[in-house]
Amino acid sequence: MRRNVTRLINEYDILIVGGGNAGLCAAIEARETGLSVLVVDSATKFYRGGNTRHTRNMRCAHDTATETLSGPYTEDEYFEDLMRVTQGNTNEELSRLMIAESKTLLPWISRQGVKFQPSLGGTLSLGRTNSFFLGGGRAMLNSLYSTAEKMGVDVWYSSEVIDLKIIEGMFKSATITTNGKNITLKAKSLIAASGGFEANIEWMKEAWGDIANNFLVRGTPNNKGKVLQTLMQKGIETIGDPTQCHAVAIDARAPKFDGGIITRLDCVVFGVVVNLEAKRFYDEGEDLWPKRYAIWGRLVAQQPGQIAYIIFDAPCLELFMPSLYPPISALTVSELAEKLELDKQTLIETIDKYNKAVTPGSFNPFILDDCKTEGLNPEKSHWAQRIENAPFYAYPVRPGITFTYLGAKVNRDARIIMKKDELSNNMFAAGEIMAGNILGSGYAAGIGMTIGGVFGRIAGREAASFLNKKFIN
Amino acid sequence: MKVYIALYSKINQPTEHTSPALTEADRLMTICNSCRYCEGLCAVYPAMEMRRTFLDGDLNYLANLCHDCGACFIDCQFAPPHEFNVNVPKTFATVRSDTYQTYTWPSFLAPFFERNGLFIGVFSAFSVAIFIIIFVALKDMSALWSVQTGPNAFYRLMPHNLMVIIFGSVSVYVLLAIGMSIRKFWRDIDKNNKQIIKSDNLWRSIKDASTLRYLDGGGSSCYSGDNTNNDNRRLYHHFTFYGFILCFISTSVATFYHYSLNIVAPYEWYDLPVLIGTIGGIGLIVGPIGLLKSKLNRDLETQDKTRFGMDLAFLVMLFLTSFTGLILMFLRSSPAMGLLLAIHLGVVFSLFITIPYSKFMHGIYRFLALVRYAQERSKL
Repeated sequence: MRRNVTRLINEYDILIVGGGNAGLCAAIEARETGLSVLVVDSATKFYRGGNTRHTRNMRCAHDTATETLSGPYTEDEYFEDLMRVTQGNTNEELSRLMIAESKTLLPWISRQGVKFQPSLGGTLSLGRTNSFFLGGGRAMLNSLYSTAEKMGVDVWYSSEVIDLKIIEGMFKSATITTNGKNITLKAKSLIAASGGFEANIEWMKEAWGDIANNFLVRGTPNNKGKVLQTLMQKGIETIGDPTQCHAVAIDARAPKFDGGIITRLDCVVFGVVVNLEAKRFYDEGEDLWPKRYAIWGRLVAQQPGQIAYIIFDAPCLELFMPSLYPPISALTVSELAEKLELDKQTLIETIDKYNKAVTPGSFNPFILDDCKTEGLNPEKSHWAQRIENAPFYAYPVRPGITFTYLGAKVNRDARIIMKKDELSNNMFAAGEIMAGNILGSGYAAGIGMTIGGVFGRIAGREAASFLNKKFIN
Repeated sequence: MKVYIALYSKINQPTEHTSPALTEADRLMTICNSCRYCEGLCAVYPAMEMRRTFLDGDLNYLANLCHDCGACFIDCQFAPPHEFNVNVPKTFATVRSDTYQTYTWPSFLAPFFERNGLFIGVFSAFSVAIFIIIFVALKDMSALWSVQTGPNAFYRLMPHNLMVIIFGSVSVYVLLAIGMSIRKFWRDIDKNNKQIIKSDNLWRSIKDASTLRYLDGGGSSCYSGDNTNNDNRRLYHHFTFYGFILCFISTSVATFYHYSLNIVAPYEWYDLPVLIGTIGGIGLIVGPIGLLKSKLNRDLETQDKTRFGMDLAFLVMLFLTSFTGLILMFLRSSPAMGLLLAIHLGVVFSLFITIPYSKFMHGIYRFLALVRYAQERSKL
C-alpha cells in the first residue's frame, strides 16, 4: 500500500472519493496525464471498493463475438434494452454516450490488467451481452488497484470524507477522518465516486417509511451516502427518485449487509410466490428470469412485512442455481405452512386453486413456454406446473437492495450540475452516485459497472484536462 | 416419488463428514457453488459445479485437484474478515494432507503422517547409519576413508548385487504400497462411475499434470503474500519434478549400461548417466530451494501451517538426494568417497522407502484427481 504520509500537509491535484470501479477508472485516467491523484476509501483494505467487490460482469457494446463473448451486441440493441428496463426513464444523451463509450471501455480495462472469462455457469443468457471478470469483482478491483498504485496513485484506506468546502460551485478542500484525526486536504478538483446510500437505513426510511427496516443490503455496509448528502447540502442538482434502486428478492435469512451474490434465488419462475397472507400477488412467469429478476425486490417490498415465500415442489429442486441456504421443506403443504408460520387453510387453498388453474402444456425452462394458468388473478403466464409432488419446498425472500439511484446530476463530461443548471467548476461524479442519470428505474445486469467504468474514465479525463488546460494558460 | 423423498432426506440432513476439515470444506463448497465467480481459475470450480452435494470422497477429490495457487482466496469477496470466512486454499490444504493419511497402506502406518518431519528426519539418519554400519561390517573402518578408484570402485565397498537386492526389494514394496493407496483413493473419489479410463483423457491429464496447468490462477500465476503474484512456484516445481525425473532416468541408463553393455560404474563425466544425473541433480537443488523460499514467503493466511514439517521434510530429502549425489561425484576419487557413498545411499534409500508415507504422494493423488476430472469433463 502506498501511503504517502508526508503528503498529508500537501495538496493533490485530484481527490477521488471512493475506491470502487468508478473511482479507480477515474484515478488511472487522471494519473496518466501526470497529475497527482489521491483516492480515499472509507473501508479497510479488504473491504475496499464498495459494491465493486460483489460484481461479476459489465455490459458493454461490441460489434463482434470475442473469446469470451458469444456474439455481437450493437449500440442500438443495447439502447433498446436500456429503454425497455427503464421504461424510457433515462437521459437519452447520456445513455447513448455511455453505450458508445462502453465499446472502448472493454479493451481499455483489459489493458489495465483486468481479465475476462466466458459467462459463468448458470448465466448463459448473459453470454453474449455481458463480459465476466475472471475471478469476479474483487479480482477485477485487485487488478485496477495494482495498476493504479504502480502508476503512482495514492490510496488511503479507512479514511472518510466528512465535509467538503465548496464555494460557488467550486471545490476547495475536504475534511477527512483518517487514523483517528480530522485533516483538511486541498485538491484542485474533486471526483465523487462514493456510491449510493442504500446502507443508510435512516435515509432509506425517509424515502420508504418504516418498511425500509425490513430491507436487506446486498453489498457494502459503507455506502451511507455521506458525500452525496454533503454535496446536496452544498447546492448540487440531484436526479432520480429516492425510492428508486436496483433491488431483487433475496433469501430472507441473509445477513443484513454484504451477503452478495450467494443469497440470490433464481426459482421464482418455477413455483408460486405467496405473501404473509399466503396469497399470490404477481405473475411469477411473466418473462424469462434474467429479464424480470430485478422487479421482485420492489414487489416484495410492497407486501405486508416485506417478506414473501417462493413455493415449489420436488421436481423443480435442481432446475436452478443452488444458493447458500437450503430450502425449508415439508412432506405436505400443510406442514410447510406450519414451518413458514403461514395460515394453513389459506396456503392449501392458494395452492389448490393454482393447481386447478394450470392448463396442460410442454414445460421448457429455457423459452417462454405454453404452461400457463387460466382463471386466476394474477395468472401465471409461463412455466406453470402443478405443485403436487412431495416434498414441498419454500424459500423466504426479502427485498435485497443492491444500489440506489438518487444522485448527482451530471452533464456529458461527468461534471456535476449545480442548482439553477449551473455547471460546477471542478467537481465531477461517477458510478452509483450518478447512476440515476442513466437509470431512472429498472435494471439490466451489468449496467452499474458500465456506468462506473465509462463515467469514471470520463470524469478522470475531464478533471485532468480541465487542470492541465489551466496550467498551460 | 421415491426419488423425491430421497432428495428430501439429502436436503434435510446435512452430509456427515469424518473430520472437521471435511465439514468445513462442505460448507465452503456450498457457498462457492452458489457464487461461481472463480469458475475460470482452475479445475476445482468446474468440478464443483457438477455436484450439488459433497460427500467425503468428492471433497477429497476436489482438495487434491486444487494446486494451491491461492488465486481464489485473493479474489474472494467472502474471504476473512468477511463473516462467511471463505478460505478454500487453506481448508483444502488440510483436507489434502489428511487424504494422504486416509489412504495410507497399510493403514496402521498412517500415523507416520502426523509428525512427518520428525519421522522422515529420524528415519533418514537411521538409514545413513545403517549403510555406514553395512560398509564397515562388509570390510572395516577403512571402507569409509580409503581411496577407491577405477571400475567397480563403488562395488568394492558394497557389492552391486547387494545394492540391487536392497533397492529392488524396496521398489517392490513401495510400488505395492502406492498401488494399494491408489486403489483406496480412486474407489473413494469414483464411487458410482467405475468407468474405464479413456486414453485421450489419460493423455489430457498427463499434459495438465506435466505443465502444471492449474497452478497459474487462471492466467495471473500464483499468489503469494499481499496481493502480489508470481512467486515462480510453477517454475521451481518444474525444476524439482523434471530434476527428479532426470535423476531417475540417469539411474535407469546406468542400469542398462551395467547389465546390457557391461560398462560398470563409476562413469566418466561425459557418460550419459553422469550428464543426465548432473543436470537432474542441479534441478533438484534449485527446485526445492526455490519452493521452500516461496513457501516461506507465501501469505500465511492460506497455508495449513500444521503440515509445514511434512512439506519441509520432502523438500529437504529431495535436496539432500541431489546434494549428496553431486558431492559424491565431485569427491569420488578422494578418501571421503566411502562415507559419502554411504550417506548418499542412506538418503536415497530413505527417500524411496518413505515415498508412500511422505509428501511424495501429493503428486500421485493430484494426478489421479486430474484423471478423474478429465473423465468427468469428457462426459459433459
